Amino acid sequence: MDKKEIQKRNEAYNRYVKARLPKTKAWPSLFNSFWVGGVICCIGQGINDLILLWFPSIAEQSAWALTLITLILIASFLTGIGVYDKIGKFAGGGSIVPITGFSNSITSPALEFKHEGVIYGICVKMFTIAGPVIVSGVVASVVVGIIYLFI
Amino acid sequence: MYYLWVFLIGGFICMLGQVLIIYTNITSARILVTFVLIGVALQAFEIFDPISQFARAGINVPIIGFGASLAKGAIGAVRAKGLLGAFTGGLEATAGGIAAAVLFAFIFALIFHSKTKK
Repeated sequence: MDKKEIQKRNEAYNRYVKARLPKTKAWPSLFNSFWVGGVICCIGQGINDLILLWFPSIAEQSAWALTLITLILIASFLTGIGVYDKIGKFAGGGSIVPITGFSNSITSPALEFKHEGVIYGICVKMFTIAGPVIVSGVVASVVVGIIYLFI
Repeated sequence: MYYLWVFLIGGFICMLGQVLIIYTNITSARILVTFVLIGVALQAFEIFDPISQFARAGINVPIIGFGASLAKGAIGAVRAKGLLGAFTGGLEATAGGIAAAVLFAFIFALIFHSKTKK
């Protein structure tokens, strides 16, 4: 096959893939991501209010850290029992963007690749999605820190 | 009453993620990276705290809050410790979240079995 034929074949294949891809219906999925995301944030606010109620002397920053840890625990557990993936199919961005989606993105591959062993399965695959998130976040924060050093 | 703001702003941010999914077929890793970087930028330009005042969990629970605390930690540590702070501050501020996510993922991966691949 020369280059032209290969190109033609690739184009035909891309058309085929595009025709078969499941089409996300725009408006219902936007609505679902909106209210599910909003509810997750409200749950977070509820946890935060409870923490402030129980430990009135806690610093604001620590209260948020505890809130996020609680949400991460809940999301990780829901991923373990297979519920979070169902929420994800329904809500799309509503389940990815909150910190619970970050937790899900760590637990989910760890579970999926468990059969490859504890080291090469769980420990390595854990960071397939979280890795880029942490790398980009750390790089950006160090850059911001160095900029603030000079201004 | 502030729960309404939490709901509206949190929902709106999540909907932005869904807009990205629909119109660019972006993967979830890229969405998370994008929103973390948005959070870092918001904190760097000192816009995050004024929004956080009334949005509360609406902006702290989305991964934007994670990016913002990375930047906040780095900026605070730079002011306290100088150059070293730029390296230690970000992870120090987010250590709780990262450690929790890793720990719980490890425990639940050991306990449960994957539902999708059988």
